[in-house]
Amino acid sequence: MIRKKEALSLYQKLVLVRLAEETIREEYFNDEMKTPVHLGIGAYAISVGVCHCLPSGAKTFGTYRNHALYLAVTGDTDGFFAELYGKLSGPGKGKAGSMHLCAPARGLMATSAVVGTTIPVAVGAALANAYRKGSDIVAVFFGDGAVEEGVFWESLNFASLKRLPVLFVCEDNNLAIHAHASERRGFRSIPDAVRAFDCHLGIGDGSDLLSVAQNTRAVLAQMTRDLKPGFLHFTYFRFLEHVGPREDFDAGYREKPGPKEMARLDPVRRLETELLRRGVASSAMEAIRAEASAKVRRSAEEAQKAPFAPPAELTTDVWA
Amino acid sequence: MGIKSLMTFRDAVNLALVREMERDPSVFVFGLDVADHKGIFGSTQGLVEKFGRERCFGTPLSEDAMTGVALGAAISGLRPVHVHIRADFLLLAMNQIANMMSTLRYMSGGKLTIPLVVRAVIGRGWGQSAQHSKSLHGMFAHFPGLKVVVPTTPQDGYGLLRASIRDDNPVIFLEHRWLYDISGEVDENETVPLGRAAIRREGDAVTLVCTSWMNVEALKAAEILARRGVEVEIVDVRTVMPLDEETIVGSVNRTRHCIVADYDWIFCGFGAELAAVASQRCFGRLKQPVERLGFAPVPCPTTRPLENLFYPSAPTIIRAVEKLLGLEETDLRGESFYSYEQRFKGPF
Repeated sequence: MIRKKEALSLYQKLVLVRLAEETIREEYFNDEMKTPVHLGIGAYAISVGVCHCLPSGAKTFGTYRNHALYLAVTGDTDGFFAELYGKLSGPGKGKAGSMHLCAPARGLMATSAVVGTTIPVAVGAALANAYRKGSDIVAVFFGDGAVEEGVFWESLNFASLKRLPVLFVCEDNNLAIHAHASERRGFRSIPDAVRAFDCHLGIGDGSDLLSVAQNTRAVLAQMTRDLKPGFLHFTYFRFLEHVGPREDFDAGYREKPGPKEMARLDPVRRLETELLRRGVASSAMEAIRAEASAKVRRSAEEAQKAPFAPPAELTTDVWA
Repeated sequence: MGIKSLMTFRDAVNLALVREMERDPSVFVFGLDVADHKGIFGSTQGLVEKFGRERCFGTPLSEDAMTGVALGAAISGLRPVHVHIRADFLLLAMNQIANMMSTLRYMSGGKLTIPLVVRAVIGRGWGQSAQHSKSLHGMFAHFPGLKVVVPTTPQDGYGLLRASIRDDNPVIFLEHRWLYDISGEVDENETVPLGRAAIRREGDAVTLVCTSWMNVEALKAAEILARRGVEVEIVDVRTVMPLDEETIVGSVNRTRHCIVADYDWIFCGFGAELAAVASQRCFGRLKQPVERLGFAPVPCPTTRPLENLFYPSAPTIIRAVEKLLGLEETDLRGESFYSYEQRFKGPF
């Protein structure tokens, strides 16, 4: 059970991501943020919830839809906006952009724009932990499309074979860009397919942050008791287009859910409803939102003013 | 000076692995077949017995994921040596190599360090055909962020491998299969730095710039040409990336003739890079355009008569030198050239 104080701290992290992405949506058409943005509105509860539960010393890996992961791990809106604006003060000095945010000092080792690509790398990081007889774990986030890549199965097989301390987190929005799962899968369900491997499985509603956290804790506890990889499968709804700041319900490949359903699928509203039910004053949530909003606004403005990398930076960081 | 001993290339590679694993507990060796009774032509034999299955182990047939595993271990501070019995299999791992391994340091603003070695076997065998014969060194070197090594002598197999394992960058290390049986002197205390070519033979008539097995063929060609007073100089490139242009340019400026003998296809290959270096930097000194030798522009055939035509060899080099210098063709009847049936043991 997640207590009220903890739930409020989760709300704080969730709102920070939402407001950061809303700021991107507002600023994107000024054409100063020259990087493709894969926004995660609807998905944040998964990264925020899982990262909240990871023990300290954990490493994480992600995808191009990584804004929530970066902010959940670091809380660093300054670096985040600097990288999106292509500035020297970004974690990748502007060489990375939105799709490759990372923060190795905080454990976020790499994110990638090629589907499935960080999965084996996370397994390798887990192998390194096992090699050193350490107890740290590694979590890797990927979408349901990655499950169609051979490398996913190769990685799951190897991790299960070697009983590696790695947590696979599947963020399932039922879409690969615009293609529905029914057009892509020759099997009925991801959890059923994964059950064939020697790992611990958790399944949950990725729109519900508290449930994500509970599921994560349950699987982490199983991994501690009986060392094997963990696999978390969370469904969620992607509110926006695959890449870019707009909605695309008019594109014809999917229906817009009704207002009640939209509220259920929005992790922020979902958590707000739950917090209200538990007696949290809406003013308390309003205060959290105001603080996060100020922080995001400040970071975005600083990033806009910050300098770009000087020409000499073009050729640095290739070789150690 | 250290202990010098005569050993095969296979034993030199094996010894390099043993010494690095003894020196640094973060070094481990993995890949298909590394821990079986054959041990990649003997090059990984004895490692399991000496270091245990945690530091030398086989894998599932998953080149793509296992390359990612090597990368993940490397950015976590280990020094993996990932082994492939055929370089062709690395094409299954190109996503990890070209999209991840070569880019992560740059995209992390220099925060990630990737000390890993990918060893792979290239070259001819017993009718290895089109899917067991590629070299690919030029392709790997094309991606900024990867170092590429093509050793030829036992000393280089030993010294360059030790240097590659200690290097903090990803290194693709390509060993020609026929080299394993070649013997030469190895000084155990001598590592060979990456980025330095070697002059294998001095001469004044023409510079032969060679990669991998072509050095062996070039030495044979040189021996035959020397009998008629033509002294060729042989530059062994040794590392494709970083490339030691100075040694190549110095030699070509002296001999004023250059033949590039690359162990790969000519079109869009590394040989073009070498020819460009020699042409650009020695333009005023060259008496003839740079000549290029390499594989025939076809997939590698299996049957021996066609395979012999596919690969460049000592006779190909001899004919190219004669043509470049305007000499009569040497009578090669009665000469004995390398063939797999009569593998020689060296010394190199």
